[in-house]
Amino acid sequence: MVRKLDDSRGYRVFRVFNLILLTGVLFVTLFPFVNVIAKAFSSAAMITSGQVTFWPMGFNLETFQVVLTNGTFWLNYRNTIIYTVLGTFIALVMTTTYAYAISRKELVGRGFFTQIAVFTMFFAGGIIPNYVLIQQLGLMNTIWAIILPAAISTYNLLVMKSFFEAFPEELLEAARVDGLGTYGIFLRIVLPLSKAILATMALFYAVAFWNSWFPAMLYLSKAADLRPVTIFLRNLIVASGMGSSDFGQGSVDNAVQVAANVKSVAMILTILPIMCVYPFVQKYFVTGVMLGAVKS
Amino acid sequence: MNKAVPSRASKKNSVLLADGSVLQVRHKSGWQKIRQDWQLYTFLLLPLLFFAIFKYIPMLGNVIAFRRYRIGDGIFGSGPLTLRYFEQFINQDAFWHVFWNNVIIGLSTFAFTFPLPIILALLLNEVKNARFKKLVQSISYMPHFLSVVIIVGIVMELTASGGVMNQLLQAIIPGATPIMQNPDAVRPIYIISEIWQTTGWGTILYLAALTQIDDQLYEAARIDGANRWKQTLYITIPGIRHTMVVLLTLNIGTFLAVGFEKLLLLIQGNGLYMAQGDVISTYVYRVGLASPTMYSLGAAIGLFESVIGLALVFGTNALSRRLVGSSLW
Repeated sequence: MVRKLDDSRGYRVFRVFNLILLTGVLFVTLFPFVNVIAKAFSSAAMITSGQVTFWPMGFNLETFQVVLTNGTFWLNYRNTIIYTVLGTFIALVMTTTYAYAISRKELVGRGFFTQIAVFTMFFAGGIIPNYVLIQQLGLMNTIWAIILPAAISTYNLLVMKSFFEAFPEELLEAARVDGLGTYGIFLRIVLPLSKAILATMALFYAVAFWNSWFPAMLYLSKAADLRPVTIFLRNLIVASGMGSSDFGQGSVDNAVQVAANVKSVAMILTILPIMCVYPFVQKYFVTGVMLGAVKS
Repeated sequence: MNKAVPSRASKKNSVLLADGSVLQVRHKSGWQKIRQDWQLYTFLLLPLLFFAIFKYIPMLGNVIAFRRYRIGDGIFGSGPLTLRYFEQFINQDAFWHVFWNNVIIGLSTFAFTFPLPIILALLLNEVKNARFKKLVQSISYMPHFLSVVIIVGIVMELTASGGVMNQLLQAIIPGATPIMQNPDAVRPIYIISEIWQTTGWGTILYLAALTQIDDQLYEAARIDGANRWKQTLYITIPGIRHTMVVLLTLNIGTFLAVGFEKLLLLIQGNGLYMAQGDVISTYVYRVGLASPTMYSLGAAIGLFESVIGLALVFGTNALSRRLVGSSLW
């Protein structure tokens, strides 16, 4: 037997080294999360003296109590949920219908309608003209300023288009022979068979809306009651450690504790939903990227 | 006449059938097609309205870069056209300061975020234990899904005076300036956080390309006596070359488009980071929308950046087509 060259001494050494390196990658990726979680459950004294690394020190839940009983936090959290659900729904309808239409070969002007979308990937109006537009449309300080401009992501649109283009033509032809019109085919044949891609798109949009903060900062400056939770967090971060002023009604002890880890607590509560569903939906995201790659 | 003669004038095709009869196939004109399947066109209406209002009107709205915009003006401003706003920022030292900041941050980020996913994908490709590989993939994709606000929040927590990074720094260089008090820290912070966030996710396309490589190539190389390193060099890397070129083109083309939201949060969160972290887009935001608002000047700088970005994308694409024969479109 010829000894496999793959099992050479050098390659075996490399594989051990590789394993160590990738474990390092795991550690480096996870550490920031671990540290933030540890801080969220630690006491102020331990945090400020720099003793919290991997594990909560001086276990403490006061800040959780303060944040979870804070009206603004819940209001903003509720707003984020509204933006995510409503925005994702609108975006799905818009993206699916347009993607389906431009995927049909019988559409006259198909190339043109595709180009209209693609061009926006390379050239955009810019922040100032967009701001003026929102002002002129009277959308300032309304939820539509957050939802409508994000209704179609061209990247997602192209992913869906390439999915629909691969749809088996015979199936649609058979449905047509059975007397179904365009709407009927779309609603009763195409959509039920596109659940996986619809789920992927819904996830892409939902994550985008959940994470969005800048449009809210720009367009909701006078509508504090419409702000998403990312703005709540942003205000804590930008206030550089003094974010406890909103929570300062409690005892002095409490204020010190809150100041020490309010950011960690608020961050954990904000990413919790994403982290909870992440393990189950991860494969859909990867599918989406692959489909998008087919395009380029 | 039983011969199938397509007659162009009447837009008719005749097909001779087996029984000798002639089937006339009429080509439909565009309008007929649209009338027949008008329902399909209704799918276009709302999205086209969206593109017109939220994409194309703002593009045209850039005309305010050439006009003095007054409060109360419409979307396209009013008054005579002028180039004074372009002259104004071109002659500004402050503009060139953020311009070079932008170039430096863009290039140094690209220097890491382009090669690292390739390296990580190649390393993952050598892992034989499928479960371990899957674990590393799942975990390393995770940061991609976080909001910029969360990322910057984590950064601020780690680099705070009692934070872990600061302690690590003090352990390595005793008496070093705490990170948050060091204006030089913003670029490394930005680049490291970009690496943390994008490397894992960036491997997806490479890993997909790696699975496309024919196993027989490796088999043949093995018989020829190539070790794993040689196989990587002569089979694996050529196998993902196309993906590399596409992503390289895309990366170079968009290198100026640095993470506006992240840098804005960093410089808003720590004023010391302004000197080295301020880039064109954050400058546009400050000039145009922070008080006093100067829409026209802001729009002019923004338009300048967009046009450079567009030129870069098309330029690198043309270059890549000529040099390696592969392009984005």
